[in-house]
Amino acid sequence: MKKFTVITGHYGAGKSNISANLAVKLADAGKKAAVIDMDIVNPYFRTADLSELFESRDITLAAPEYANSNLDIPVLNFDLEQLAAENEYVIADVGGDDAGAVALGKYSRTLESFGDKLDMLYVINRYRYLTGTPEDAIAVMREIENVARIRHTGIINNSNLGFETTNKDIENSINFAEKISEKSGLPLIFNAYMRGLDPEVSPKTEVEVYVRPIWEIY
Amino acid sequence: MERNLMKGNEALAEAAIRAGCKCFFGYPITPQTELSAYMAKRMAKAGGVFLQAESEVAAINMVLGAASAGVRAMTSSSSPGISLKSEGISYIAASDLPCVIINVQRGGPGLGGIQPSQADYLQATKGLGHGDFQVLVYAPSSVQEMINLLTKAFDMADEFRMPAMILADGLLGQMMEPVEFPEAKTHQIPKPWATNGTGMKRKHNIINSLYLTPEELEKTVLDRYKRYEVLENEHTEAETYLTEDAEILVAAYGATARVAKSAVIKAREAGVKAGLIRPITLWPFPKKEIVKASENAKHILVTEMNMGQMVDDVKLAVECRVPVSFFGRTGGMVPKPSEILDKILELGGAE
Repeated sequence: MKKFTVITGHYGAGKSNISANLAVKLADAGKKAAVIDMDIVNPYFRTADLSELFESRDITLAAPEYANSNLDIPVLNFDLEQLAAENEYVIADVGGDDAGAVALGKYSRTLESFGDKLDMLYVINRYRYLTGTPEDAIAVMREIENVARIRHTGIINNSNLGFETTNKDIENSINFAEKISEKSGLPLIFNAYMRGLDPEVSPKTEVEVYVRPIWEIY
Repeated sequence: MERNLMKGNEALAEAAIRAGCKCFFGYPITPQTELSAYMAKRMAKAGGVFLQAESEVAAINMVLGAASAGVRAMTSSSSPGISLKSEGISYIAASDLPCVIINVQRGGPGLGGIQPSQADYLQATKGLGHGDFQVLVYAPSSVQEMINLLTKAFDMADEFRMPAMILADGLLGQMMEPVEFPEAKTHQIPKPWATNGTGMKRKHNIINSLYLTPEELEKTVLDRYKRYEVLENEHTEAETYLTEDAEILVAAYGATARVAKSAVIKAREAGVKAGLIRPITLWPFPKKEIVKASENAKHILVTEMNMGQMVDDVKLAVECRVPVSFFGRTGGMVPKPSEILDKILELGGAE
Protein backbone atom coordinates (compact mmCIF):
# COMPACT_ATOMS: atom_id res chain seq x y z
CA MET A 1 0.00 0.00 0.00
CA LYS A 2 1.16 3.49 -0.85
CA LYS A 3 -1.44 5.63 0.88
CA PHE A 4 -4.32 5.22 3.28
CA THR A 5 -6.54 8.31 3.19
CA VAL A 6 -9.21 8.95 5.79
CA ILE A 7 -11.85 11.51 4.78
CA THR A 8 -13.72 13.28 7.60
CA GLY A 9 -15.90 16.36 7.92
CA HIS A 10 -19.14 17.92 9.03
CA TYR A 11 -22.37 16.29 7.87
CA GLY A 12 -22.95 17.29 4.29
CA ALA A 13 -19.52 18.76 3.69
CA GLY A 14 -19.34 16.45 0.66
CA LYS A 15 -17.14 13.65 2.02
CA SER A 16 -18.69 10.85 -0.05
CA ASN A 17 -18.40 12.76 -3.30
CA ILE A 18 -14.78 13.72 -2.58
CA SER A 19 -13.96 10.10 -1.66
CA ALA A 20 -15.51 8.84 -4.89
CA ASN A 21 -13.61 11.40 -6.96
CA LEU A 22 -10.28 10.54 -5.35
CA ALA A 23 -10.88 6.84 -6.01
CA VAL A 24 -11.98 7.33 -9.63
CA LYS A 25 -8.98 9.55 -10.37
CA LEU A 26 -6.62 6.93 -8.98
CA ALA A 27 -8.34 4.13 -10.87
CA ASP A 28 -8.26 6.13 -14.10
CA ALA A 29 -4.50 6.57 -13.58
CA GLY A 30 -4.22 2.78 -13.47
CA LYS A 31 -3.88 2.46 -9.69
CA LYS A 32 -5.51 -0.24 -7.61
CA ALA A 33 -7.88 1.60 -5.28
CA ALA A 34 -10.41 0.71 -2.60
CA VAL A 35 -13.11 2.77 -0.89
CA ILE A 36 -14.42 1.97 2.57
CA ASP A 37 -17.93 3.24 3.40
CA MET A 38 -17.37 3.79 7.13
CA ASP A 39 -20.50 5.89 7.66
CA ILE A 40 -22.37 4.72 10.75
CA VAL A 41 -24.63 7.77 10.89
CA ASN A 42 -26.44 8.27 7.58
CA PRO A 43 -29.27 5.87 6.83
CA TYR A 44 -29.14 6.75 3.14
CA PHE A 45 -27.33 8.84 0.46
CA ARG A 46 -23.99 7.16 1.07
CA THR A 47 -20.91 5.86 -0.71
CA ALA A 48 -22.41 2.39 -1.02
CA ASP A 49 -24.97 3.96 -3.43
CA LEU A 50 -22.14 4.37 -5.92
CA SER A 51 -21.39 0.65 -6.20
CA GLU A 52 -22.04 0.64 -9.97
CA LEU A 53 -19.56 3.48 -10.52
CA PHE A 54 -16.92 1.66 -8.50
CA GLU A 55 -17.59 -1.63 -10.26
CA SER A 56 -17.14 0.03 -13.65
CA ARG A 57 -13.68 1.29 -12.61
CA ASP A 58 -12.65 -1.89 -10.81
CA ILE A 59 -12.54 -0.06 -7.50
CA THR A 60 -13.03 -2.26 -4.45
CA LEU A 61 -15.96 -1.11 -2.30
CA ALA A 62 -16.04 -2.21 1.32
CA ALA A 63 -19.42 -1.34 2.86
CA PRO A 64 -21.12 -2.25 6.13
CA GLU A 65 -23.19 -5.40 5.77
CA TYR A 66 -26.48 -3.59 6.38
CA ALA A 67 -25.83 -0.40 4.38
CA ASN A 68 -28.99 0.72 2.54
CA SER A 69 -31.05 -2.10 3.98
CA ASN A 70 -34.00 -1.64 6.28
CA LEU A 71 -31.84 -2.42 9.28
CA ASP A 72 -30.42 0.49 11.22
CA ILE A 73 -27.48 -1.57 12.47
CA PRO A 74 -24.09 0.14 12.12
CA VAL A 75 -21.93 -3.00 12.20
CA LEU A 76 -18.35 -2.45 11.03
CA ASN A 77 -16.04 -5.39 10.56
CA PHE A 78 -13.50 -4.20 8.00
CA ASP A 79 -10.10 -5.82 7.75
CA LEU A 80 -8.00 -2.71 7.15
CA GLU A 81 -4.74 -4.68 6.97
CA GLN A 82 -6.12 -6.90 4.25
CA LEU A 83 -7.51 -3.94 2.29
CA ALA A 84 -4.12 -2.22 2.65
CA ALA A 85 -2.29 -5.35 1.50
CA GLU A 86 -4.47 -5.81 -1.57
CA ASN A 87 -4.59 -2.18 -2.78
CA GLU A 88 -2.17 0.61 -3.58
CA TYR A 89 -4.58 3.26 -2.31
CA VAL A 90 -7.33 2.96 0.29
CA ILE A 91 -9.84 5.74 0.97
CA ALA A 92 -12.03 5.59 4.08
CA ASP A 93 -15.21 7.71 3.88
CA VAL A 94 -16.19 8.42 7.47
CA GLY A 95 -19.60 9.57 8.79
CA GLY A 96 -20.23 13.20 9.71
CA ASP A 97 -18.96 15.02 12.81
CA ASP A 98 -17.62 13.29 15.90
CA ALA A 99 -20.69 11.03 15.90
CA GLY A 100 -19.48 9.49 12.65
CA ALA A 101 -15.78 9.61 13.49
CA VAL A 102 -16.37 7.37 16.51
CA ALA A 103 -16.04 4.53 14.00
CA LEU A 104 -12.37 5.44 13.53
CA GLY A 105 -11.59 4.94 17.20
CA LYS A 106 -11.99 1.20 16.79
CA TYR A 107 -9.31 1.21 14.09
CA SER A 108 -6.96 3.83 15.55
CA ARG A 109 -4.14 1.34 16.35
CA THR A 110 -4.15 -0.15 12.87
CA LEU A 111 -4.31 3.31 11.33
CA GLU A 112 -1.38 4.51 13.47
CA SER A 113 0.65 1.52 12.32
CA PHE A 114 0.45 2.90 8.75
CA GLY A 115 2.73 5.75 9.88
CA ASP A 116 3.59 8.22 7.10
CA LYS A 117 1.34 6.39 4.70
CA LEU A 118 -1.71 7.60 6.62
CA ASP A 119 -3.45 10.84 5.68
CA MET A 120 -6.51 12.19 7.42
CA LEU A 121 -8.14 14.96 5.41
CA TYR A 122 -10.82 17.26 6.76
CA VAL A 123 -13.43 18.34 4.20
CA ILE A 124 -14.90 21.81 4.74
CA ASN A 125 -17.90 23.57 3.22
CA ARG A 126 -18.40 27.19 4.11
CA TYR A 127 -22.03 27.01 3.03
CA ARG A 128 -23.02 24.29 5.48
CA TYR A 129 -25.13 25.65 8.26
CA LEU A 130 -23.33 25.89 11.63
CA THR A 131 -19.81 25.41 10.23
CA GLY A 132 -19.70 28.65 8.28
CA THR A 133 -16.98 30.31 10.37
CA PRO A 134 -13.38 29.08 10.65
CA GLU A 135 -13.80 28.80 14.43
CA ASP A 136 -16.87 26.54 14.10
CA ALA A 137 -15.19 24.39 11.46
CA ILE A 138 -12.06 23.97 13.58
CA ALA A 139 -14.16 23.09 16.62
CA VAL A 140 -15.81 20.24 14.67
CA MET A 141 -12.38 19.17 13.41
CA ARG A 142 -11.05 18.89 16.97
CA GLU A 143 -14.13 16.98 18.12
CA ILE A 144 -13.51 14.50 15.31
CA GLU A 145 -9.83 14.10 16.29
CA ASN A 146 -10.75 13.50 19.92
CA VAL A 147 -12.96 10.51 19.16
CA ALA A 148 -10.87 9.26 16.22
CA ARG A 149 -7.68 9.45 18.30
CA ILE A 150 -5.84 10.57 15.15
CA ARG A 151 -4.77 14.04 14.00
CA HIS A 152 -5.70 15.50 10.63
CA THR A 153 -2.93 16.04 8.08
CA GLY A 154 -4.67 18.31 5.59
CA ILE A 155 -7.77 20.21 4.50
CA ILE A 156 -9.93 19.95 1.39
CA ASN A 157 -12.09 22.97 0.64
CA ASN A 158 -15.30 21.62 -0.88
CA SER A 159 -17.41 24.75 -0.31
CA ASN A 160 -20.53 24.41 -2.44
CA LEU A 161 -24.27 25.05 -2.61
CA GLY A 162 -25.07 21.93 -4.56
CA PHE A 163 -26.03 22.55 -8.17
CA GLU A 164 -26.52 26.26 -7.45
CA THR A 165 -22.78 26.71 -6.85
CA THR A 166 -21.13 29.52 -8.83
CA ASN A 167 -17.47 30.40 -9.34
CA LYS A 168 -18.04 33.35 -7.03
CA ASP A 169 -19.30 31.07 -4.24
CA ILE A 170 -16.06 29.12 -4.38
CA GLU A 171 -13.91 32.24 -4.68
CA ASN A 172 -15.73 33.68 -1.65
CA SER A 173 -14.81 30.60 0.38
CA ILE A 174 -11.05 31.01 -0.01
CA ASN A 175 -10.59 33.29 3.00
CA PHE A 176 -12.52 30.78 5.07
CA ALA A 177 -10.38 27.86 3.88
CA GLU A 178 -7.08 29.71 4.26
CA LYS A 179 -7.97 30.87 7.74
CA ILE A 180 -8.70 27.28 8.80
CA SER A 181 -5.41 26.18 7.27
CA GLU A 182 -3.51 28.96 9.03
CA LYS A 183 -5.14 28.46 12.43
CA SER A 184 -4.78 24.69 12.38
CA GLY A 185 -1.35 24.66 10.77
CA LEU A 186 -2.60 22.12 8.21
CA PRO A 187 -1.98 22.44 4.48
CA LEU A 188 -4.89 23.26 2.16
CA ILE A 189 -4.58 20.30 -0.21
CA PHE A 190 -6.98 21.61 -2.84
CA ASN A 191 -10.13 23.63 -3.51
CA ALA A 192 -12.75 21.47 -5.23
CA TYR A 193 -15.01 22.78 -7.98
CA MET A 194 -17.61 20.90 -9.93
CA ARG A 195 -17.24 20.29 -13.62
CA GLY A 196 -18.51 23.24 -15.66
CA LEU A 197 -17.11 25.82 -13.24
CA ASP A 198 -13.66 27.38 -13.28
CA PRO A 199 -13.11 29.52 -10.18
CA GLU A 200 -10.03 31.67 -9.75
CA VAL A 201 -8.57 29.82 -6.81
CA SER A 202 -5.45 27.84 -6.18
CA PRO A 203 -4.71 24.99 -5.85
CA LYS A 204 -7.86 23.67 -7.49
CA THR A 205 -9.20 20.29 -8.51
CA GLU A 206 -12.20 19.55 -10.72
CA VAL A 207 -14.68 17.09 -9.28
CA GLU A 208 -17.53 15.19 -10.84
CA VAL A 209 -20.81 15.24 -8.91
CA TYR A 210 -21.64 11.58 -8.42
CA VAL A 211 -24.15 11.98 -5.61
CA ARG A 212 -27.26 13.10 -7.52
CA PRO A 213 -30.91 13.50 -6.55
CA ILE A 214 -33.05 10.53 -7.48
CA TRP A 215 -35.28 12.57 -9.82
CA GLU A 216 -32.33 13.35 -12.05
CA ILE A 217 -31.37 9.74 -12.60
CA TYR A 218 -32.90 8.20 -15.73
CA MET B 1 -29.23 36.90 1.84
CA GLU B 2 -26.74 34.17 2.58
CA ARG B 3 -27.74 30.73 1.38
CA ASN B 4 -26.75 27.61 3.26
CA LEU B 5 -26.81 23.90 2.58
CA MET B 6 -29.09 22.16 5.03
CA LYS B 7 -30.46 18.71 5.55
CA GLY B 8 -34.27 18.57 5.68
CA ASN B 9 -34.35 17.40 9.29
CA GLU B 10 -31.99 20.17 10.42
CA ALA B 11 -33.96 22.78 8.49
CA LEU B 12 -37.20 21.78 10.24
CA ALA B 13 -35.51 22.09 13.62
CA GLU B 14 -33.91 25.47 12.89
CA ALA B 15 -37.14 26.80 11.40
CA ALA B 16 -39.03 25.76 14.54
CA ILE B 17 -36.56 27.59 16.78
CA ARG B 18 -36.86 30.68 14.59
CA ALA B 19 -40.65 30.42 14.69
CA GLY B 20 -40.49 30.76 18.47
CA CYS B 21 -40.88 27.10 19.39
CA LYS B 22 -39.98 27.01 23.09
CA CYS B 23 -40.48 23.34 23.89
CA PHE B 24 -39.41 20.29 21.90
CA PHE B 25 -40.19 16.82 23.21
CA GLY B 26 -38.93 13.90 21.19
CA TYR B 27 -37.82 10.35 21.05
CA PRO B 28 -35.25 9.14 18.51
CA ILE B 29 -36.27 7.23 15.40
CA THR B 30 -34.71 6.92 11.95
CA PRO B 31 -35.02 8.72 9.51
CA GLN B 32 -35.99 11.66 11.73
CA THR B 33 -33.17 11.55 14.28
CA GLU B 34 -31.11 14.53 13.04
CA LEU B 35 -34.06 16.74 13.94
CA SER B 36 -33.98 15.70 17.61
CA ALA B 37 -30.18 15.79 17.61
CA TYR B 38 -30.21 19.36 16.27
CA MET B 39 -32.75 20.39 18.89
CA ALA B 40 -30.61 18.79 21.62
CA LYS B 41 -27.65 20.92 20.51
CA ARG B 42 -29.41 24.20 19.80
CA MET B 43 -32.61 24.52 21.82
CA ALA B 44 -31.05 25.38 25.17
CA LYS B 45 -28.86 28.05 23.53
CA ALA B 46 -32.00 29.50 21.96
CA GLY B 47 -33.64 29.79 25.36
CA GLY B 48 -36.00 26.85 25.00
CA VAL B 49 -36.40 23.37 26.35
CA PHE B 50 -35.26 20.17 24.66
CA LEU B 51 -36.34 17.02 26.39
CA GLN B 52 -35.86 13.47 25.24
CA ALA B 53 -38.90 11.77 26.68
CA GLU B 54 -39.02 8.18 27.87
CA SER B 55 -41.36 7.30 25.01
CA GLU B 56 -43.39 8.76 22.16
CA VAL B 57 -46.50 8.64 24.35
CA ALA B 58 -44.78 10.70 27.01
CA ALA B 59 -43.45 13.19 24.44
CA ILE B 60 -46.85 13.98 22.94
CA ASN B 61 -48.40 14.45 26.38
CA MET B 62 -45.59 16.84 27.27
CA VAL B 63 -46.55 18.78 24.15
CA LEU B 64 -50.12 18.89 25.45
CA GLY B 65 -48.87 20.33 28.73
CA ALA B 66 -46.61 22.94 27.17
CA ALA B 67 -49.24 23.98 24.62
CA SER B 68 -51.75 24.41 27.50
CA ALA B 69 -49.42 26.98 29.01
CA GLY B 70 -49.55 28.92 25.74
CA VAL B 71 -46.03 28.30 24.43
CA ARG B 72 -45.20 26.99 21.01
CA ALA B 73 -44.47 23.29 21.35
CA MET B 74 -43.42 20.61 18.90
CA THR B 75 -42.66 16.92 18.65
CA SER B 76 -41.27 14.87 15.80
CA SER B 77 -41.11 11.22 14.93
CA SER B 78 -41.37 8.76 12.10
CA SER B 79 -44.28 6.49 11.19
CA PRO B 80 -44.40 3.89 14.02
CA GLY B 81 -43.72 6.65 16.54
CA ILE B 82 -46.61 8.72 15.19
CA SER B 83 -48.97 5.78 15.71
CA LEU B 84 -47.91 5.75 19.36
CA LYS B 85 -48.62 9.47 19.63
CA SER B 86 -52.12 9.21 18.20
CA GLU B 87 -53.96 9.10 21.53
CA GLY B 88 -52.22 12.27 22.66
CA ILE B 89 -52.90 14.01 19.35
CA SER B 90 -56.62 13.32 19.78
CA TYR B 91 -56.46 14.80 23.30
CA ILE B 92 -54.65 17.89 21.99
CA ALA B 93 -57.21 18.37 19.21
CA ALA B 94 -60.05 17.89 21.70
CA SER B 95 -58.46 20.44 24.01
CA ASP B 96 -58.30 23.00 21.15
CA LEU B 97 -54.56 23.34 21.59
CA PRO B 98 -52.08 24.42 18.91
CA CYS B 99 -48.91 22.43 18.35
CA VAL B 100 -46.76 21.13 15.51
CA ILE B 101 -46.12 17.44 14.89
CA ILE B 102 -43.57 16.27 12.36
CA ASN B 103 -43.74 12.89 10.65
CA VAL B 104 -40.67 11.98 8.59
CA GLN B 105 -42.33 8.92 7.11
CA ARG B 106 -40.62 5.57 6.67
CA GLY B 107 -41.72 2.26 5.22
CA GLY B 108 -44.56 0.39 6.91
CA PRO B 109 -46.75 -1.20 8.13
CA GLY B 110 -45.44 -2.41 11.45
CA LEU B 111 -41.86 -1.69 12.39
CA GLY B 112 -41.40 -1.60 8.61
CA GLY B 113 -38.08 -0.16 7.59
CA ILE B 114 -36.01 3.01 7.57
CA GLN B 115 -36.30 3.87 3.86
CA PRO B 116 -38.65 6.68 2.68
CA SER B 117 -42.41 6.28 2.35
CA GLN B 118 -45.71 8.18 2.16
CA ALA B 119 -47.88 5.42 3.53
CA ASP B 120 -49.19 7.53 6.43
CA TYR B 121 -51.34 9.74 4.16
CA LEU B 122 -54.62 8.24 5.28
CA GLN B 123 -53.56 8.26 8.92
CA ALA B 124 -52.60 11.94 8.76
CA THR B 125 -55.59 13.19 6.78
CA LYS B 126 -58.37 10.90 7.98
CA GLY B 127 -57.54 9.25 11.28
CA LEU B 128 -54.72 10.59 13.37
CA GLY B 129 -56.51 9.40 16.51
CA HIS B 130 -59.95 8.52 17.79
CA GLY B 131 -62.95 10.81 17.56
CA ASP B 132 -64.23 13.52 15.23
CA PHE B 133 -61.30 15.79 14.54
CA GLN B 134 -58.82 16.95 11.91
CA VAL B 135 -55.28 18.20 11.97
CA LEU B 136 -53.77 20.57 9.43
CA VAL B 137 -51.48 18.54 7.17
CA TYR B 138 -48.72 20.21 5.14
CA ALA B 139 -46.66 18.28 2.59
CA PRO B 140 -43.40 20.06 1.68
CA SER B 141 -41.42 18.88 -1.33
CA SER B 142 -38.12 20.70 -0.83
CA VAL B 143 -35.93 21.65 2.10
CA GLN B 144 -36.78 25.33 1.59
CA GLU B 145 -40.49 24.51 1.63
CA MET B 146 -39.99 22.57 4.87
CA ILE B 147 -38.82 25.83 6.45
CA ASN B 148 -41.64 27.90 4.98
CA LEU B 149 -44.40 25.44 5.84
CA LEU B 150 -43.14 24.81 9.34
CA THR B 151 -43.38 28.52 10.09
CA LYS B 152 -46.86 28.60 8.58
CA ALA B 153 -47.89 25.48 10.53
CA PHE B 154 -47.16 27.23 13.84
CA ASP B 155 -49.08 30.34 12.78
CA MET B 156 -52.10 28.43 11.49
CA ALA B 157 -52.15 26.10 14.51
CA ASP B 158 -52.31 29.15 16.79
CA GLU B 159 -54.96 30.89 14.72
CA PHE B 160 -57.24 27.85 14.48
CA ARG B 161 -56.29 26.36 17.85
CA MET B 162 -55.54 22.92 16.48
CA PRO B 163 -52.56 20.62 15.85
CA ALA B 164 -50.70 20.98 12.56
CA MET B 165 -48.59 18.27 11.01
CA ILE B 166 -45.67 18.46 8.62
CA LEU B 167 -45.99 15.23 6.64
CA ALA B 168 -42.49 14.74 5.25
CA ASP B 169 -40.72 11.57 4.22
CA GLY B 170 -37.28 10.09 4.71
CA LEU B 171 -36.02 11.43 1.39
CA LEU B 172 -36.85 15.02 2.35
CA GLY B 173 -35.56 14.56 5.88
CA GLN B 174 -32.22 13.23 4.73
CA MET B 175 -31.55 15.28 1.62
CA MET B 176 -29.46 18.40 1.53
CA GLU B 177 -30.41 21.55 -0.43
CA PRO B 178 -29.52 25.24 -0.41
CA VAL B 179 -31.92 27.25 1.75
CA GLU B 180 -32.37 30.63 3.27
CA PHE B 181 -34.41 31.76 6.23
CA PRO B 182 -36.88 34.37 5.05
CA GLU B 183 -37.02 37.65 6.89
CA ALA B 184 -40.81 37.41 7.00
CA LYS B 185 -41.42 36.68 10.62
CA THR B 186 -43.91 34.42 12.24
CA HIS B 187 -47.04 35.92 13.82
CA GLN B 188 -47.54 35.11 17.45
CA ILE B 189 -51.04 35.98 18.65
CA PRO B 190 -52.29 36.43 22.21
CA LYS B 191 -53.58 33.25 23.86
CA PRO B 192 -56.10 34.38 26.47
CA TRP B 193 -57.16 30.76 26.99
CA ALA B 194 -53.71 29.62 28.21
CA THR B 195 -53.26 28.22 31.72
CA ASN B 196 -50.31 30.45 32.50
CA GLY B 197 -51.39 32.07 35.72
CA THR B 198 -54.39 34.27 36.46
CA GLY B 199 -52.34 36.99 38.14
CA MET B 200 -55.44 37.18 40.41
CA LYS B 201 -57.02 39.21 37.62
CA ARG B 202 -59.20 36.70 35.81
CA LYS B 203 -61.04 33.42 36.30
CA HIS B 204 -59.13 30.17 35.96
CA ASN B 205 -58.73 28.85 32.45
CA ILE B 206 -59.45 25.16 32.03
CA ILE B 207 -57.86 22.92 29.39
CA ASN B 208 -59.84 19.74 29.13
CA SER B 209 -61.11 17.07 26.75
CA LEU B 210 -63.63 15.40 29.06
CA TYR B 211 -67.28 16.50 29.00
CA LEU B 212 -69.86 15.21 31.42
CA THR B 213 -72.86 15.60 29.12
CA PRO B 214 -73.16 14.50 25.49
CA GLU B 215 -74.89 17.82 24.64
CA GLU B 216 -71.87 19.75 25.81
CA LEU B 217 -69.43 17.43 23.98
CA GLU B 218 -71.45 17.61 20.76
CA LYS B 219 -71.31 21.40 20.91
CA THR B 220 -67.50 21.44 21.20
CA VAL B 221 -67.24 19.15 18.17
CA LEU B 222 -69.69 21.26 16.12
CA ASP B 223 -67.79 24.44 16.99
CA ARG B 224 -64.56 22.79 15.87
CA TYR B 225 -66.12 21.68 12.57
CA LYS B 226 -67.15 25.29 11.85
CA ARG B 227 -63.46 26.17 11.99
CA TYR B 228 -62.64 23.20 9.76
CA GLU B 229 -65.14 24.54 7.23
CA VAL B 230 -63.31 27.86 7.10
CA LEU B 231 -60.06 26.01 6.50
CA GLU B 232 -61.58 23.88 3.73
CA ASN B 233 -62.99 26.97 2.00
CA GLU B 234 -60.14 29.40 2.41
CA HIS B 235 -56.87 27.70 3.23
CA THR B 236 -56.19 25.01 0.66
CA GLU B 237 -52.90 25.17 -1.24
CA ALA B 238 -51.48 23.46 -4.30
CA GLU B 239 -48.76 24.16 -6.84
CA THR B 240 -49.40 23.61 -10.54
CA TYR B 241 -46.90 23.03 -13.32
CA LEU B 242 -47.89 23.11 -17.02
CA THR B 243 -51.50 22.30 -16.17
CA GLU B 244 -53.26 24.84 -18.49
CA ASP B 245 -53.30 22.51 -21.50
CA ALA B 246 -52.47 19.27 -19.69
CA GLU B 247 -54.19 16.17 -21.04
CA ILE B 248 -52.41 13.88 -18.62
CA LEU B 249 -52.50 15.43 -15.17
CA VAL B 250 -50.12 13.91 -12.65
CA ALA B 251 -51.04 14.41 -8.98
CA ALA B 252 -48.23 13.97 -6.49
CA TYR B 253 -47.02 15.53 -3.22
CA GLY B 254 -43.82 15.58 -1.18
CA ALA B 255 -40.64 14.04 -2.56
CA THR B 256 -42.64 12.04 -5.12
CA ALA B 257 -43.71 15.33 -6.71
CA ARG B 258 -40.05 16.04 -7.48
CA VAL B 259 -39.77 12.73 -9.31
CA ALA B 260 -43.14 13.33 -11.02
CA LYS B 261 -42.11 16.82 -12.19
CA SER B 262 -38.99 15.41 -13.77
CA ALA B 263 -41.15 12.81 -15.58
CA VAL B 264 -43.62 15.50 -16.74
CA ILE B 265 -40.77 17.49 -18.32
CA LYS B 266 -39.57 14.39 -20.19
CA ALA B 267 -43.14 13.56 -21.27
CA ARG B 268 -43.52 17.06 -22.75
CA GLU B 269 -40.27 16.49 -24.67
CA ALA B 270 -41.83 13.27 -25.98
CA GLY B 271 -44.88 15.20 -27.19
CA VAL B 272 -47.37 14.27 -24.46
CA LYS B 273 -49.21 17.21 -22.89
CA ALA B 274 -48.49 16.35 -19.29
CA GLY B 275 -48.86 18.57 -16.24
CA LEU B 276 -48.43 18.32 -12.51
CA ILE B 277 -50.63 19.29 -9.60
CA ARG B 278 -48.91 19.13 -6.24
CA PRO B 279 -51.15 19.35 -3.18
CA ILE B 280 -49.35 21.33 -0.46
CA THR B 281 -52.16 21.07 2.08
CA LEU B 282 -53.24 17.43 2.28
CA TRP B 283 -55.89 18.44 4.80
CA PRO B 284 -57.73 20.60 3.92
CA PHE B 285 -57.50 18.89 0.53
CA PRO B 286 -57.14 21.27 -2.48
CA LYS B 287 -60.30 20.14 -4.29
CA LYS B 288 -60.98 23.29 -6.28
CA GLU B 289 -57.34 23.51 -7.34
CA ILE B 290 -57.53 19.95 -8.70
CA VAL B 291 -60.80 20.66 -10.51
CA LYS B 292 -59.22 23.68 -12.18
CA ALA B 293 -55.99 21.88 -13.08
CA SER B 294 -57.95 19.01 -14.64
CA GLU B 295 -60.12 21.16 -16.94
CA ASN B 296 -58.44 19.76 -20.06
CA ALA B 297 -57.33 16.46 -18.58
CA LYS B 298 -58.27 13.20 -20.26
CA HIS B 299 -56.67 11.23 -17.50
CA ILE B 300 -55.30 11.83 -14.00
CA LEU B 301 -52.33 9.81 -12.75
CA VAL B 302 -51.88 9.77 -8.99
CA THR B 303 -48.40 8.77 -7.94
CA GLU B 304 -47.25 8.19 -4.36
CA MET B 305 -44.88 6.13 -2.23
CA ASN B 306 -47.76 3.97 -1.00
CA MET B 307 -50.55 1.82 -2.43
CA GLY B 308 -52.72 4.71 -3.64
CA GLN B 309 -53.91 6.42 -0.49
CA MET B 310 -54.66 9.79 -2.18
CA VAL B 311 -56.58 8.27 -5.12
CA ASP B 312 -60.04 8.51 -3.54
CA ASP B 313 -59.52 12.15 -2.55
CA VAL B 314 -58.65 13.00 -6.15
CA LYS B 315 -61.63 11.02 -7.50
CA LEU B 316 -63.98 12.82 -5.11
CA ALA B 317 -62.47 16.20 -6.01
CA VAL B 318 -63.21 15.71 -9.72
CA GLU B 319 -66.42 13.80 -8.93
CA CYS B 320 -65.12 10.98 -11.13
CA ARG B 321 -65.56 13.08 -14.30
CA VAL B 322 -62.00 12.22 -15.26
CA PRO B 323 -60.63 8.67 -15.05
CA VAL B 324 -57.99 8.30 -12.32
CA SER B 325 -55.10 5.82 -12.47
CA PHE B 326 -52.41 5.10 -9.94
CA PHE B 327 -48.74 4.29 -9.96
CA GLY B 328 -46.72 3.89 -6.79
CA ARG B 329 -43.98 2.07 -4.99
CA THR B 330 -44.16 1.14 -1.34
CA GLY B 331 -42.29 -0.43 1.55
CA GLY B 332 -39.45 2.10 1.34
CA MET B 333 -39.02 1.99 -2.44
CA VAL B 334 -38.87 5.33 -4.30
CA PRO B 335 -40.45 5.53 -7.77
CA LYS B 336 -37.93 6.15 -10.53
CA PRO B 337 -38.64 9.06 -12.90
CA SER B 338 -38.53 6.58 -15.80
CA GLU B 339 -41.29 4.48 -14.21
CA ILE B 340 -43.62 7.48 -13.90
CA LEU B 341 -42.65 8.64 -17.39
CA ASP B 342 -43.57 5.24 -18.86
CA LYS B 343 -46.97 5.43 -17.19
CA ILE B 344 -47.59 8.99 -18.50
CA LEU B 345 -46.58 7.97 -22.03
CA GLU B 346 -48.84 4.92 -21.85
CA LEU B 347 -51.82 7.04 -20.74
CA GLY B 348 -50.95 9.71 -23.30
CA GLY B 349 -51.10 7.17 -26.11
CA ALA B 350 -47.47 7.67 -27.09
CA GLU B 351 -45.65 4.91 -28.88
